[in-house]
Amino acid sequence: MKKLLLGNEAIARGVYEAGATVSSAYPGTPSTEISEYLATYPEIDAEWAPNEKVALEVAIGASYGGARSACAMKHVGLNVAADPLFTAAYTGVNGGLVIFVADDPGMHSSQNEQDTRLVAKAAKIPVLEPADSEECLSYTKEAFKLSEQFDTPVIVRLTTRVAHSQGLVEVGERETYERKPYVKDPGKYVMMPAMAQKRHVIVEKHFTEMAVLAETTIFNRIEAADSDIGVITSGISHQYAKEAFGEVNYLKIGLVHPLPTELIRTFAASVKTLYVIEELEPFIEDHCVRIGVHVAGKAMLPIIGEYSARLLRERIFGDTWEKQNTLTETAPGRPPVMCAGCPHRGLFFILKKLKLTVTGDIGCYTLASLPPLETLDTCVCMGASIGVSHGMEKAMGKDAMRKTVAVIGDSTFMHSGITGLINVVYNKGTSTTIILDNSITGMTGHQENPTTGRTLKGEKTKQVDLVKLCQAIGIDRVRVVDPFNLEETEKAVREEIAAEEPSVIITQRPCALLKTATFKGQLKINKEKCRNCKACKRIGCPAIVDRGDHMEMNIALCVGCHLCKNLCKFDAMEKVGE
Amino acid sequence: MSMKSTAIMIVGVGGQGTLLTSRILGHVAVSSGLDAKVSEVHGMSQRGGSVVTYVKMGEKIHSPLIEKGEADVLLCFEQLEALRWIDYAKKDARIIINDQQIDPMPVILGATKYPENIIPKISAEYGNVTVVPALRMAKECGNMKAVNVVMLGVLARQTEFGKEIWLDAIRQNVKPQFVEMNLKAFEAGYAH
Repeated sequence: MKKLLLGNEAIARGVYEAGATVSSAYPGTPSTEISEYLATYPEIDAEWAPNEKVALEVAIGASYGGARSACAMKHVGLNVAADPLFTAAYTGVNGGLVIFVADDPGMHSSQNEQDTRLVAKAAKIPVLEPADSEECLSYTKEAFKLSEQFDTPVIVRLTTRVAHSQGLVEVGERETYERKPYVKDPGKYVMMPAMAQKRHVIVEKHFTEMAVLAETTIFNRIEAADSDIGVITSGISHQYAKEAFGEVNYLKIGLVHPLPTELIRTFAASVKTLYVIEELEPFIEDHCVRIGVHVAGKAMLPIIGEYSARLLRERIFGDTWEKQNTLTETAPGRPPVMCAGCPHRGLFFILKKLKLTVTGDIGCYTLASLPPLETLDTCVCMGASIGVSHGMEKAMGKDAMRKTVAVIGDSTFMHSGITGLINVVYNKGTSTTIILDNSITGMTGHQENPTTGRTLKGEKTKQVDLVKLCQAIGIDRVRVVDPFNLEETEKAVREEIAAEEPSVIITQRPCALLKTATFKGQLKINKEKCRNCKACKRIGCPAIVDRGDHMEMNIALCVGCHLCKNLCKFDAMEKVGE
Repeated sequence: MSMKSTAIMIVGVGGQGTLLTSRILGHVAVSSGLDAKVSEVHGMSQRGGSVVTYVKMGEKIHSPLIEKGEADVLLCFEQLEALRWIDYAKKDARIIINDQQIDPMPVILGATKYPENIIPKISAEYGNVTVVPALRMAKECGNMKAVNVVMLGVLARQTEFGKEIWLDAIRQNVKPQFVEMNLKAFEAGYAH
């Protein structure tokens, strides 16, 4: 029976149907739901790892151990996992190993727009690219076979619109996959120079064989029509092209690395005009140029951002769109904001008040860079806050650290903050790091991590003790504060940045959206007492609205954190019902 | 079942439940024998940002996206979001607007004003506009968060799909403990 499945859900179904038993991942939009759906299958041991490198190493180990294993991450996660990735290409696999990597053209939820196909090419890893949920399932199953056939990890590349669109999928039964025996084989699994030199030869041989397969594989198919136009596409671009071009000839590429040569040449010879439609980098186009096939592509289409059927019509056929109304008013923007009751708000209010330089990291708290808090100075990648603040100290001297803090969430600290903090201690830094412990991985939609005491499957587990961890690596000044207690938080920040030694402040309070979050009761603004001084506005709470001549509380949003009550000198904030 | 392709856009504010609404709509299409694609938004914009989801149904759907001038239905959970996405509606589109206002951060901070008379302005340009006091109706059903299903009920009344298909889709997509409340909210919208 056909079911409507999210791309990521269909991937998980494919992993299940392929008989896989192990998966490991770190959350990252738009890949997160793959693991959340995998966790619903009792047959699959699905884990959250602290980061993508560990996740891939676990999946590699499971493959060596003879199981079919999966690993999922967003595009920038593949950078973190690059070290094991490049060498796993040499060792190859035992049980099939498939890595799901979700790119984010248009950067809906990402810090850059890199193209995974280029990373895979550098790593010598084959890539399959599905165009809808149905292909997410079927390609996933085939990817495991391809992995075993050519003794290599396989990447299935997704983009946001495939991962986060639902489409009809024919679901099937789970294949019985018998775990392969593990056989000690240092020539294959121990990558020292002498072994790796031999394995590299094998990798090249397998790649040549895969290039031959690319000419005939069912992943690459021609859809012929009575037309002299030809379009080469892959992934979501195929859907846009189908709407924009209609009935023309298509060469839809499913195996995007390695690409076919003769198939493309033959297809090119059968048409008068040939287009390549692909989002981001000219990956297929560059290959066409190299094999001497003339195509129209990036000369008329952008490298930046997402495509759509309209974009293709406009750029290729010169179509224009006419506005069908006379409404000229611009709608005020609605940027994402920290939720009402967010525990981060109190801390950033203090950091702004103290006019500190704040090196930032990836998470909900990155929103503190937007008005009215506008507190973050930097945000590079997962875990960067601590290294960046230490680098600033090296460049600007110890005095700069008396006005600087690094901020990092609990999950991000687990991901790649610990090594940065060890570096501060080891290299005699004096910076202050603030770990924002809200008991969850927030921005990606509430995933467990090693500090929460629960696994991906919701089972209880040991919980990392952040205080002991910091002490163990040599931080002598560690303190825990409640970020809703502004006085205590300000005192802690002032004292720790003043100290000329490395220090850590842990702000502990659960995410406002967690069931464990506790509040004091909704507030309303007493109009008699309010002097319209607007002090409450400075915390940037979405529930407090400036009506010009008065301030107003939006009862639909206020959760009752009482942060604003601390700022009101006129006692105008009163509990609802009192 | 053969049917003209229908493109439905659901626009609102992160947290209003556009995602669930789009899933129920997709379910309705599929159980009526149509092809469907539902494009969702996850991640950062869910934190109180402007959120748009697309539902396309018909014999065969390729692109999951809906573009300017293509929406047959614009289901708006909030007035300002209706204004923001109005160019996406066809001239004869069904436009259903929840009259609720949620101030975005620039308005909260007093940097800009919430636009006035959005509904009359849209009604002057488009012939098929329905205004729904969905927040009040949801409250009457016992849960402010049921705005999305109230709006779904209003839309359902204006489509050819049988009512039982809608009720079934709600039952299958809502957590068991919320089914009763959501069915009540749907009925309220359906009767509007």
